[in-house]
Parts: sequence; structure tokens; C-alpha cells
Amino acid sequence: MKIPIIYNIRSLLRRPVSSAMTTLGVALVVGVFIAMLALANGFRMALIRTGSPDNVVVLRKGADSELSSGISRDNAAIISALPEVARDAGGRPLASPEVFVPMNLDAAGGGDRLVVSRGVTVQAFQVRHNVRIVAGRVFAPGRDEVIIGTAIAPLLAHGAVGDTIHFAGRGWLVAGHFSSGGSAFESEIWGENEQLMPALRGQVFQVVVLRLANAARFDAAKETLEKDPRFQVDARRESEFYASQSILLRQILNFLAVFITGIMAIGAVFGAVNTMYAAVASRTDEIAVLLTLGFPPRSVLASFLAEAAFLALAGGLVGCLVAIPINGIVTSTTNWSSFSQLAFQFMVTPAILVQGVVFSLVMGVLGGYFPARRAARIPVVQAIR
Amino acid sequence: MKFFPLVWANLLRHKRRTVLTTASVALALFLFASLRSVITTLDAGAQVGSESRMIVQSAKAIVFFLPMSYRERLQAVPGVQAVTWADWFGGVYQDPKNFFASFAADPESYLDMYKSDMTMPAEQRAEFIKERTACIVGQHLMDKFGWRLGQDVTLRGTIFQGDWTFTIRGVYRATNKAFSEDALMFHYDMVYERYPRWVEPGWYVIQLKDPSLASQVAAAVDSMFKNSSDPTKTGTERAFNASFATMWGNVSFLMNSIGMAVVFAILLVAANSMMLSARERISEVGVLKTVGFQDRLLFALVMAEASTIALGGAVVGLGAAKGLYPVIGFTAMGFLPGFDVTVGTLAFGFGIAVLLALASGLVPAMSAARLSAVQALRHVE
Repeated sequence: MKIPIIYNIRSLLRRPVSSAMTTLGVALVVGVFIAMLALANGFRMALIRTGSPDNVVVLRKGADSELSSGISRDNAAIISALPEVARDAGGRPLASPEVFVPMNLDAAGGGDRLVVSRGVTVQAFQVRHNVRIVAGRVFAPGRDEVIIGTAIAPLLAHGAVGDTIHFAGRGWLVAGHFSSGGSAFESEIWGENEQLMPALRGQVFQVVVLRLANAARFDAAKETLEKDPRFQVDARRESEFYASQSILLRQILNFLAVFITGIMAIGAVFGAVNTMYAAVASRTDEIAVLLTLGFPPRSVLASFLAEAAFLALAGGLVGCLVAIPINGIVTSTTNWSSFSQLAFQFMVTPAILVQGVVFSLVMGVLGGYFPARRAARIPVVQAIR
Repeated sequence: MKFFPLVWANLLRHKRRTVLTTASVALALFLFASLRSVITTLDAGAQVGSESRMIVQSAKAIVFFLPMSYRERLQAVPGVQAVTWADWFGGVYQDPKNFFASFAADPESYLDMYKSDMTMPAEQRAEFIKERTACIVGQHLMDKFGWRLGQDVTLRGTIFQGDWTFTIRGVYRATNKAFSEDALMFHYDMVYERYPRWVEPGWYVIQLKDPSLASQVAAAVDSMFKNSSDPTKTGTERAFNASFATMWGNVSFLMNSIGMAVVFAILLVAANSMMLSARERISEVGVLKTVGFQDRLLFALVMAEASTIALGGAVVGLGAAKGLYPVIGFTAMGFLPGFDVTVGTLAFGFGIAVLLALASGLVPAMSAARLSAVQALRHVE
């Protein structure tokens, strides 16, 4: 025989201040929990979206990032000409040899900022198919022109379309802005590699990105590339490569999320324990009556557990409501793998919200268990006397 | 003071509640102190850098080499006492997760440059300088991997391709809190010899004759190389460290907002607990009033109880933070060298505890003081 849940809800409403405080405490914990996960998730998504599973990133053997890689012009040409590489309608290989350099640029509002500048060919827009010009136009070949990602453009001193931005000893006309579905490219500056290469690093590319003719044959292509005696390279799936670039910061964020919300959660559980013990103590005679009426101790236990869970659940829902508005807020940090700024958004997903709610329920059940057990074990005769 | 036994008895009445509430406060302040220490450590790192040393790096970006020929020209700039140089190596030890700083430097001049920041036995120093394949390692990093003096360590090059094996010939200790002990340093000649056509210094460090010459020397150096193919950017080490700290972006803001949320959440727990206690004692307050306790005294009694919980929690939480981190040697993989809870943070934490006591005790204390005896005695819970 179950005790109706309405009994518990009404009981909670009898002590509104105490209930509200406990709920709010849980809400804050859940809010912080969701915010931390949204931060880690946004960072991860920005890097994952950067890569496509159909593409292969070719770096110098042992290089752990584009920053530390280098591939000579000759080798880049050989790699692009391999039969594993897909071709466009005109028969040109869908391979993009790229220059990658983090540059010190003047930031809006003073100071400077390390921003990745990437030298690409027109091919890059076919290989990286999620890149779109949203303002202005693409840089003209043979000219000192660049396009800037939408995430980083507002943070630069001369990032507007039509401005001239100075780096590598030259002025570059900002021809346009581009977006790429929230990926890390939006934190980069792109120009033609033939223009950027001499200005930056000499006759060497950092990376060759190529589209596979047959995506299912990644392993075979990887073997061809890595076994080729003419050069020493590592080939990785682009999506996996960019995801691996975020490991260090993700570890830090996950550690923080667990450490901070773990400690906060213990505090909130203690709060729930206090509240529930007080609730049980002040309702001793009520509980005794319930037991006398024939409700088994099991039902009383379940009932108080449900009450605690309900209290925490309300907190969890409030926490979700509080945390949802942070979705989409742009923040930036240094991606230590490329040594440059990466702007990304907090991303609250339904899965994260569900985790937050489950987390609140766990806190409620943990906090409610011992008080509920106390309630179930109240000696009826004594209590009612 | 003579009422302390009464306050104490009240606290002991619900031992569990008192313990849990105090523990909540302790956890909150522990967390608060930890988060704030991240900020203070970053700030300290930004300020501890020397004003009499300058870093010369490529104006294009930090990843570019500067020509070896700059060494002589830098040495000749008026006001420059000494010059050394180094390269970021970025080696991986076994697994990329074992991240630590590794760099190649000119041994003798580099150790001289930083002699005020680190100490190492003289014979280890001599051995390291003599042996081309030797390296030195910070004490903290030695402990982390359980390395021993004389052991060979192999790093996988990320920028400089290949496997590199070094023999540990020296272990240094940092004498300056912000100087990292999570680093490995070896001979610049090692990388140069393997890649002679490519490798050049990544940055130069200049020792000034006098810190007041900083801006003058910076201007002289930068204008000297302005129209070369490798222009430079020169600044004091302190400014360099400060720019490094800003690279974390708005981490301070994040830490502060979480810290506030934590404190507020615990305020709710503590205040709730005080209100629960007060509610259960309404009739008791009536009795006390009847036997002649003044309103003011009853107010003080409740406040004293709240303060005991808040301050007790503060002592435990802040004490744990202060004591724990040095013992476990936490440095966040070398990103936060000298991580420590400062006196300022402790004072701030106690300030919060006092506010917590006031905020959690005020409402119950006032209602206890205001309650009329008749009302209170009539009250049935």
C-alpha cells in the first residue's frame, strides 16, 4: 500500500522557507554542474566539428599538432597525387597543402592575441566543405588578402571587412569573414598559401589535408602514406585528429567539473539530510499515525525518500532553467596544442540537462535515505503516546 | 562568556546537524580557497618574473626561430650584461598525457642567467655542462616519475622528429616560488647537431646591467632588427609571464563565479540549519524570556551559535586547503608552479565565514529576540 505523493508535496509546502532553501541549494549545484559540462562540451564540439571523418590529415611523423609539423613542397605534391586522393570534376586532386602559424595580432581594446593564420588553396574550400563566406568575398589569388573567422574577427583590432591587418611584415586586406558551423576554423585567419608561406615559414607546409576517394579505405590509405619511403609522415582521420587536440584542456575541464561539483554536491546533500531529519522529527506523530493505519514501514520509507527526491528534483529543474541561458555564450581560451586563441560557445545539450536532473535525484536520494529509514523505524506506541 | 555552555549545549543537541552544517561550511571554504588560489597563483606567476631580465622573441610569432648571429649583436647592445638562448622542445615522455615542459638551452649561460631562481649541487652542474647528452630535471618532476640521478630518459620529439635519450645528471630545486620544477632541460647543441640547417634559438634571454634600462634596451634591440627578415619583440620577463597568464582567457571570471555560487549554496544550507534549530526551540525561547532573559541576550545567543558553526567550518576548511596542497605538491601538471593558499585568501575566507554567520544567524536571532513570551509558550509545533 503506497502513501500518496500529494501527502509529501503538501508537507513540503507547509515549511516553504526551509524547502525553498534546500531546493535552491541543489539548484545552484546543478546549475554549476551543467555550466561546467556545457563548457567542456562546447570546447570539444568546436574541435570535433573542425574535422570530417572522410578527410585525412597528414603530418610529419611524430608531430602531435599542426604547429610542430612540417612537410616539404615536393612531398606535399607527391602526397596530393596519390591515387587514394579523391578528385573534383576537373580531375584536380581534393588535397589541401596548408601553412599553419599562430601569429601575434593586435587585439581589439589593446594588447595582442595569438591567432592561427592558415595558408590554403582554393581546394581547401572543397576539402573542408563546411566553410562558408558570410561577409565580403574570398581572398583573391596572388593578392595580399585574407579572410577571418567569425568567432575571432570581433576580437581583433582590424578585423572588419575592408580593414587592413598587419602581420608578418605586411599589410593584408580583410576581404571577408567566414563561418564553419562553430568549428575551430572560426578562430583562424585564412589566406592563400602561396602568399602566406614566404611571409611566414619558408618553403614548407605544415599539413596536407586530403579527401579520400573511398572513405571506407582509410586504413589502406594510411598504410600507403606511412610506408612510403620518400617521406616520413603520420596519417590520421581528420575528425579524430582534431578531437585529440583537445585532450589536455578537456582533462582539466573534466577534473574541475568533478572536483568542484563533487564538493558542492556533498554540501547540498548535507543540507538535504538536515532538512529531512528535521522533517521526520517534527512529523513523528504523523508518521506514527500512518503506521497505525496499516501503512507498512516500507511505504513510509518510500514516501520520505520520494519527498527528498522531489525536493531535489525541483532543485534540479530550477538549476536547468538557470543554466539554459548560458547556452551560446561565447568564451575563449588558449588551445595549448596550437598555442593560439580558440573562441567557442557554451553548449547545453538535452543530454547534459538530463545528467543534471539525474544528478539532483541522486543527491535527493542520498540525502533522504537515512532520515527516511529513521521515519520507517519510529516506534509506534511511544510516538503516539 | 558565561553563556558559552548554553550555546555549546544547544549545538550538541543536534550533533548530526551541527556536524553536517559545519562540514558543509568547511567544504565550501575549502573549495573557495582552492579556486581563489588558482587565480592568485596565476597572478603571482605574472608578477614574480624578473624586471632585470628581458625576453627577445620573434615579432612574427613565438614559433619562429631567431638567427644565431643575434647573440653577438645583443651582447653588444649597451646595458646588456649577459645573453643566453633556448628552444622549446615539447618532447613526449611515453604518453602525451605525461605533459611537462622540456627545452634545449645553452647550458652554462642559461644556468648562470637563472642562478638566482634555482639551486643545484656544484658537481651536478659541472657534470651536466661537461656531458653533451646530459639533462637536468626539476625535483618535482623527478618525484612524479620516480626518476633517479644517472638514469636515461627517452623523449619522443614532436617538433624535432625522432627519439631523444638524455642522462639525468642534475636535479634542481626552485628557489623562486614561480619557477617551475616540472621541467627538463638539455644541451641546445643536441638539437642543433641533428638539424643543423634548420635549428636556431627560439628565444633569447638578456640580463640587464640595471632594471631601469629595460625600455631603453628593448627599443634598441627591436629597432636594430626592425627591417631584417626576423624582427624581434622584446619585453621584460615579468611582462612575458603576464601575457602568458592572460592566455588562460577568462579563467579568473569562471573561478570567481563558481566560487560565489559555492558560497551562496552553502549559505543556504547553513541558514536553513539555523532556522530549523530556531523553529524547534520556540517554546524554549519563551521559557528563557519568562525567567528573565533579555531580548538582546537571546539575539546574541543565536548569533553565537551561528558564528561557532561558520567559524568552526572556516577553520577546518581553510586549514585543510592551506595544509593539503603543499603536502600533495599540486601544481596542475606544472601549469601552476608554487600553487599555494595565500594569507590574503585565508583572510578573505574568514571574511566570508563572518558574513555567513551574520546572514545565517540574523533572521532566527531576530525572531527569537522579537518573540513575545506568551506567543512562544502558546506555540505548538
